[in-house]
Amino acid sequence: MAVHQGTLIKQGAEARVYIAPFCGRKAIVKERFAKAYRHPALDKKLTSRRVTQEARCLNRCQKALIDTPTVYMVDVASSLIYMELIDGLSVREYMETDEGSTQAARTHIAEEIGRALGKMHNIDVVHGDLTTSNLLMRNNDSKSVVLIDFGLSYVSNLVEDKAVDLYVLERAFSSTHPNTEVMFEQILASYGTSCKASKQILKKLEEVRLRGRKRSMLG
Amino acid sequence: MIALGLEGSANKLGVGLIKHDMTTSPPTVTILANVRHTYHPPPGEGFLPKDTALHHRSHIVELIHQALADAHITHKDIDVICFTKGPGMGGPLTSVATVARTLALMWNKELVGVNHCVGHIEMGRQITGAENPVVLYVSGGNTQVIAYAEKRYRIFGEALDIAVGNCLDRFARVLNLPNDPAPGYNIEQLAKKGTKLLDLPYTVKGMDVSFSGILSYIESNAKRLLESGEYTEADLCFSLQETLFAMLVETTERAMAHIGSREVLIVGGVGCNMRLQEMMGQMAEQRGGKVFATDERFCIDNGIMIAQAGILAYQTGYTTPMEKTWCTQRFRTDEVFVAWRD
Repeated sequence: MAVHQGTLIKQGAEARVYIAPFCGRKAIVKERFAKAYRHPALDKKLTSRRVTQEARCLNRCQKALIDTPTVYMVDVASSLIYMELIDGLSVREYMETDEGSTQAARTHIAEEIGRALGKMHNIDVVHGDLTTSNLLMRNNDSKSVVLIDFGLSYVSNLVEDKAVDLYVLERAFSSTHPNTEVMFEQILASYGTSCKASKQILKKLEEVRLRGRKRSMLG
Repeated sequence: MIALGLEGSANKLGVGLIKHDMTTSPPTVTILANVRHTYHPPPGEGFLPKDTALHHRSHIVELIHQALADAHITHKDIDVICFTKGPGMGGPLTSVATVARTLALMWNKELVGVNHCVGHIEMGRQITGAENPVVLYVSGGNTQVIAYAEKRYRIFGEALDIAVGNCLDRFARVLNLPNDPAPGYNIEQLAKKGTKLLDLPYTVKGMDVSFSGILSYIESNAKRLLESGEYTEADLCFSLQETLFAMLVETTERAMAHIGSREVLIVGGVGCNMRLQEMMGQMAEQRGGKVFATDERFCIDNGIMIAQAGILAYQTGYTTPMEKTWCTQRFRTDEVFVAWRD
């Protein structure tokens, strides 16, 4: 294990996540370890690309005052990113709590998510892996939604890429949280008011939806 | 209780007989017969609906006779006839459904129309004993990452354009590999001799994947790469498999991490690829999880899977009335109400 004095808190699909001391405070350390199943050359290419992409996109969001973890340090050679430890539950976990199940709380989450995504797309960051596990609820009075896990993110100004980004979230919503169509509508409404090109993107989203549904063909 | 299952949504025609002994709880399941006949078009070609439907029509009666003989039963012992309602190719589907309807009228049996994808999942669960796994369903026409929640098999990720099996089949046509026993199988064998990895596009969008870019790239460059001697056919098969399967394993792992599941079940024709099973195993091992897979008897389209999913629905009181026994080419996995699970 490459993380000094770290405590493993989670193994995601991409990386192991540790809490470790960094310059006198607690930090999150994300370690992308080699995937045994992947060809070494492919693994190396993907891992180094994703470490840099994540750090770059987090930084870009931070500059635009979008709530994301602050990057403290990047160690490309060991595939480590040190970043701010956020106190709060993921939206997925929060939606399962009593508080998070109320109508008021869900409307608030939806507005927050829509606003955050709108701002992110305004600066041409495409997240690439939007799920309710990759959105955190900051545990303070602001209850702000924090975007995390930018491993599949990239910079693009294409309407298509942004629409697919929303589509990925929509699918994650409908599969993980059945019967939340209204909430997703609220997200899109809030996105509509905060994203500059939302009109075109939402129109494209309609097209993308049809594309996904075609896939129930032969077997 | 005995069910007859008829499957013919693509180029495999399958007939299966399954028995559920209802005196035990849960019922003891016995496979009485599982026979299959596959339509192989010539190398370089895919199977066309018309020819495939003709193949099914020509072989289905003899296959049903064979299944009954294998099982040592007569049609009187059958309780319900299950057939594939969709998804699949229209012509082949309807030719098999016509036989199902005819038998139901002749023998005076109930009918159950089955979703092909749900058939794969239920077969996989039955054979492997996996309780509540994340399911990777990979075949010529489908690529889906599925998990069960609240009475439905929900699709977490899927191919946004072509299915993984379709991508492999079409590349097999570029190399003019035989379609017998299956184009994907021949790619798998050739890939074992490959060593040099070609850098191919890698397109993962969250839990969704896209293969059309890879196919276009390799289709348009294969000739040049082979002629220059830079890569062999084996290298290209190897590179294609390594890239496609890495994407599938990655998205499956993402779904497992998202849901918090440790089990993964691979079903569908591409699921019998040993390299895919091996890669999935390595992924699971790194997360302390477990992989369940079946062999070609149950992975590749078969009649038993339709009988199994059908009999489960039948036990909850579900039947398909004659006027609703039409087939559909588009039938999503998450449209089925899964009454038989908690």
